[in-house]
Amino acid sequence: MNMQKKQLMPKWFYQMASPKWCYKITGKLLPLFSCTGLALLLLGTVWALLYAPEDYQQGNSFRIIYIHVPSAILAQSIYVTMALAGAVGIIWKMKIADMVAYACAPVGASMAFLALITGAIWGKPTWGSWWVWDARLTSMLILLFLYFGVMALYAAMGKPSRAARATAILSLVGLVNIPIIKYSVEWWNTLHQPATFSLTEKPAMPVQMWLPLLVMVLGFYCFFATAMMLRLRNEILSREKRTNWVKELVTKV
Amino acid sequence: MTPKRKNRLMLVLFVILGGVVAVGLGLYAIDKGVGISVFYSPQQIADGEAPAATRIRAGGMVQQGSVKRDPNSLQVEFVLTDFKQNLTVIYKGILPDLFREGQGVVAQGQLDKQGVFQAVEVLAKHDEKYMPPEVADALEKAGVDADGQQLENNAGQEVSQ
Repeated sequence: MNMQKKQLMPKWFYQMASPKWCYKITGKLLPLFSCTGLALLLLGTVWALLYAPEDYQQGNSFRIIYIHVPSAILAQSIYVTMALAGAVGIIWKMKIADMVAYACAPVGASMAFLALITGAIWGKPTWGSWWVWDARLTSMLILLFLYFGVMALYAAMGKPSRAARATAILSLVGLVNIPIIKYSVEWWNTLHQPATFSLTEKPAMPVQMWLPLLVMVLGFYCFFATAMMLRLRNEILSREKRTNWVKELVTKV
Repeated sequence: MTPKRKNRLMLVLFVILGGVVAVGLGLYAIDKGVGISVFYSPQQIADGEAPAATRIRAGGMVQQGSVKRDPNSLQVEFVLTDFKQNLTVIYKGILPDLFREGQGVVAQGQLDKQGVFQAVEVLAKHDEKYMPPEVADALEKAGVDADGQQLENNAGQEVSQ
C-alpha cells in the first residue's frame, strides 16, 4: 500500500489497524484504566453519599444524580464512539474499528438503561410520575432501542465484515438522535429540566456538589474504557484464532 | 486518501446528512401537527393554541399566595402563571413532594366552561438548580428568595420569550 505519501491520520492510527499491536497496547492500558476507574468510582461514591451536601428542596433523594447524570452522559458518548468507529470501519476497511464498534454496543445499552431506570426512580418522588412522554425521556428511550437494534442486527448477520458494515450504517443514521437528546429540553417544553452543566456557563450547583459528580463522570469513562477493551481483546482473540501469534499466546500459558 | 476511501467517506457523510434531513423534517412536521411539547403555557391556552374539549397538559409556576386547600377534602385550588397569563387550576388528589408556591408544575386535565382547569394529575417540574439547605437559608435571611437572582432572570426570560 502506498499510503506513506499522504497520511491523513497520525501514525498510531495505522498501527492500531494491526490486531496484534492493538492487543498488546490495550493489554498495557487495561490496568491503568481499571485501577483509575475503580479508585475514582469508590472515591466518588463515598464523597457523593456521605460528604456532599443535600439539596434544599429534594433532600437526600437528589443524590441519585451521581449515577443518573454520569450514565446518561456515557450512554451518549459511547454511542458517538460506536458510530465513529463504524465510520472508520467503512472508510478504511479497518477490522479493529469494526470490533471497537461491536465492543461498544452492550456497554452503551447498559448505560442508557441505567440512565432511564435511575431517572424513573428519581422522577416518581420528585415529579410525581415514573414516566412522562416528554421529548427528553422519549429520545433517550430511542437511544436504548438504537443500541438494541445495533446489537440485534449484528447478531442476525452471519459474516462479521457484512454485519459490521450494516450496523455501522444503522448507528450512523442514529447519530442524529444525539443532538435531539441534548437540545430536547431547549427546543420543546419538557417535564425534564434543562441541563445543570454547560461548557460555557457556571454550573447551577455549588462546587461541593459538582466536584463529586465530576469524579463520578471520570470514573464512569474509565469503567467504559475498561469494559470496552476487555470485550475488544476477547473479540481480537476469537477472530484471529487461526493466526500464529494467537496460537503462540494461547499455548504459552 | 485513496479515491476509494474518499468515495466511502462521501457515502458516510451522505448517510448522516440524509438521516439529519429526514428526521429534522419529520420532527418539524410532528411539532407543527400534534406538537412535541409536553405542556402548553397559560399564554398558549389563552391564545387558543391548545386544543379545546380534550385533555391537555398545562405548565407554569404556582403563583405565590394562590394555593387554597379545602380543609375537608383533598381538593386544592391554585393559580398557574407564566407571568403573562393566569390560569386557575382545581385538583383533587395527592400532590408531589416538590409542589409548593413559586414552583413549576405541569397539570393534566381539561378546561371547563368557566375557563377553570380541572386537573386529574399534577406533576412538579423542578429546575436545574441545586444547593445545600444552609445556602438556601442564608439567601432567605439576606432578603433574597431561595432562587436568588436566578428567579428574576427566569422571570425575565419568560417575558422575553
